[in-house]
Amino acid sequence: MNVLTVHDLVVETGHARLVDGVSFAVRAGRTLGLVGESGSGKSVTCLSVLGLPPRGVQVSGGRILLDGDDLRAKTPAELNALRGREIGMILQDPMTSLNPLLTIGRQITEMFRYRDGVTSRKEREARAIELLRRVRIPAPESRLNSYPHQFSGGMRQRVAIAMNLACNPRLLIADEPTTALDVTVRLQILDLLREVQAERGTAIVLVTHDLHLVRRYCDDVAVMYAGRIIEQGPVGDVFARPCHPYTKGLLGAVPRLRERQHRLTVIPGQPPLAGSIPQGCRFAPRCARAQADCLSAYPATRAIDTHRGVACWHPEPDPQTADSLLATATS
Amino acid sequence: MPAYLLRRAGSALLTVWLMSVLIFVLVRLVGDPAYLLMPPEATEADRQLFREQLGLADPVPLQYARFLAGVLRGDMGNSFHFGAPALSMALSRLASSLLLVGISLTLALAIGLSLGVAAAVRRGSWIDRFASLFAVLGQAAPPFFVALLLIRLFSVQWGWLPTGGHGTWRHLILPVCALAWYSAAGIARLTRANMLTVLEADYIRMARIKGLPAHVVIGTHALRNAALPIVAFAASQFGVLIGGAVAIETVFSWPGFGSLMVEAISTLDFTVMQAAVIVSVLLFVSINLAVDVLYALVDPRIRYQR
Amino acid sequence: MSTRSLLFGGLLVAIVAASAFAPLLSNVDPNAIDLSATFQSPTWHHWFGTDQMGRDVFTRTLYGGRISLAIAFCAVLLAGFFGAIAGLLSAYLGGRFDAALMRIVDAQYALPPVFLAMLIVGICGPSMTNIVIVVTLANWGRFARIIRAEALSLRERDFILIAKLAGATPLHVVMRHLLPNVRNTFAVLLTLDIGLVIFMEAALSFVGLGVQPPDPSWGGMIAEGRNYLDTAWWLSALPGLVLIATVLSSNRIGESLQRGDGVLR
Repeated sequence: MNVLTVHDLVVETGHARLVDGVSFAVRAGRTLGLVGESGSGKSVTCLSVLGLPPRGVQVSGGRILLDGDDLRAKTPAELNALRGREIGMILQDPMTSLNPLLTIGRQITEMFRYRDGVTSRKEREARAIELLRRVRIPAPESRLNSYPHQFSGGMRQRVAIAMNLACNPRLLIADEPTTALDVTVRLQILDLLREVQAERGTAIVLVTHDLHLVRRYCDDVAVMYAGRIIEQGPVGDVFARPCHPYTKGLLGAVPRLRERQHRLTVIPGQPPLAGSIPQGCRFAPRCARAQADCLSAYPATRAIDTHRGVACWHPEPDPQTADSLLATATS
Repeated sequence: MPAYLLRRAGSALLTVWLMSVLIFVLVRLVGDPAYLLMPPEATEADRQLFREQLGLADPVPLQYARFLAGVLRGDMGNSFHFGAPALSMALSRLASSLLLVGISLTLALAIGLSLGVAAAVRRGSWIDRFASLFAVLGQAAPPFFVALLLIRLFSVQWGWLPTGGHGTWRHLILPVCALAWYSAAGIARLTRANMLTVLEADYIRMARIKGLPAHVVIGTHALRNAALPIVAFAASQFGVLIGGAVAIETVFSWPGFGSLMVEAISTLDFTVMQAAVIVSVLLFVSINLAVDVLYALVDPRIRYQR
Repeated sequence: MSTRSLLFGGLLVAIVAASAFAPLLSNVDPNAIDLSATFQSPTWHHWFGTDQMGRDVFTRTLYGGRISLAIAFCAVLLAGFFGAIAGLLSAYLGGRFDAALMRIVDAQYALPPVFLAMLIVGICGPSMTNIVIVVTLANWGRFARIIRAEALSLRERDFILIAKLAGATPLHVVMRHLLPNVRNTFAVLLTLDIGLVIFMEAALSFVGLGVQPPDPSWGGMIAEGRNYLDTAWWLSALPGLVLIATVLSSNRIGESLQRGDGVLR
């Protein structure tokens, strides 16, 4: 059952399209990894789903369906009612996503106060303590009156997760939640998210550029390039048999622990800027497999399997499984 | 926090002491009061008597010690001109100015904050443009000039309000408006700029993501973070307004501190000058101290650092 | 530069030039009394009308501008220069020098600048030089504080550390490294200060502790026109409007410099 369906989403700023016809879906209890380089449009997509695009950016096309409900057709008030209740989001930098001048207790209980209308302060605090315990913050009772700067990065991100869990959302978007954290802490945070998902059946969109994390925590993956999704499907499939040359290049650029050392793939060139998108396939200028038709028309998305799609005129032929990330799983 | 406050308090006292020395020296630089204040026909013996009566014949350090002792006792001599105790004159006129400045600053904060927040939240709208115009004009027109314009319009032309004097609330309106505009302009500007910056922050985005109502996002989250520099600015405006009140009090014949200074200086009334300066210094040093405390209260990071 | 800043720049230049070249623009003596032509409203003959002694208000505004602007520019430059040097040294040397200097600046802020100015003028006499000195003294603290803050944040930067490691003397570091980087803030402060100084001088003149009659000054003229608000509004209004225009222009220029759409970058 699709919790979130995004169909042909177009997001523009001025005359440039930051997101140009993106479609994907997430089912309950499953995690979709949204992968891509900086500037590929991943964060903008997420913020647009929430109806909070950055200044100067607006959604100009497509549909965003939450359990079948079109979010774009809602009034701002209705949309605001959904936020924090049905949809949650975790931002990248836990230091800046918490208000430095308010206690974390206050930042959690305010959700109960303003959104759920809980008038009893004791009850709000009790619920907050319960949430903090759930995200494994030690001695939660005493930490309610602490300020964000008194926590470590990992703990702050847990607090952010707690804030999002406060109302049991159906969909949780995590925009690079671990990028700003120490490597040792990253897995803990994502394990926590996975636990929560198992408990509540939340659908999760995990935005990241770390393919190891995708392999470990995601069920499906969608690869974005220059504002479009160029390949998507179940993680195992995509990583074992990448069809799009870009995906293959990305996977080839990931160092492996257990195999013999091999040359890491380098994809020459840079992704195009939003204002100067080339005609035809956007990856063509950097693609080793590019041919004449790649440069003239953008490839339609072709379905490969039931849940797999790729946008390429000349996808990789059945590739070697020896190179797949599956065999070198670090888990 | 107590250690921090103690240090600031000590610093404040030092400042007061320094200023007392300064005014003591300055006043004595003017010249010999025995010549300045006595009629030219007075004999040298008369002048010497005058000096001794005022304690001016003694060595300077002794005079200063006496002066300082007097300050601590609350006795700063009598006004040469009026004969009344200088300190009580200064204090009563100060109260009068404080009334004026206090109301003006409050009004300025109310208007400035509202305009600034509205302009930031509704960026580019008509309220934003109005606020800009308000701010730009307010900072370009000297308050005393604005006062004259207001008098021309409201007193002379329409006769709604009195042209000067004090007593009823009606006498307050024009001077307050003239003073408030200048401060409100600066406050509106600063508020708008700070709010714009704060509204771009991640934690504001997070507050919106949490689905909090708009008044909570702007009030509790945004404004609180933008507030500190605005508070400091408003406190500094207090001093500015007391200074600006000098001309305003002249325009409206308002019996305030500024006009007292002008009179005392024009008539070379030393005791009053000294008293006024000491009182003024004490006032401002206390205000600055209060602002420091406020800073520490609002921003927990300062509190815990020190 | 945006057209608006150019417009205000032009306005400011026009006012300054008009004041500077006052004798060329008006061949009338600003102090020439003509009791037969008092209180004339603005006409073709007298652009700004005449005052209670029959003097031409336009000419007086121009000459008053000379005085007010001359005081303003001198005071701003002096305050800026000394304040900036003090601030830079304070930031760079730190320690007791810094503490002492900031103590002095703090002490100065314990008294509103206008009071200090009035005191000194009252004690030393209201000559032009004294007014400049007084306004400078009242103002330098502002520069010292802000430039010091800028320099302090710069001091921690790597390029300063590298210079010191290379053996640069403190003076060298201040002049070659810190100074150019605070130049922008300094320019902004200078332009914004002009308005403040004009206000201060006008206020002093208005209460009689500034430029003394019969010398014209904007503040003084506004004060003189005070008694004739209903009959001869132009006496106060016109010099006041010129003052506003001047302050407005310099403020706008300062702000556009601050925003970075000015000439300096």
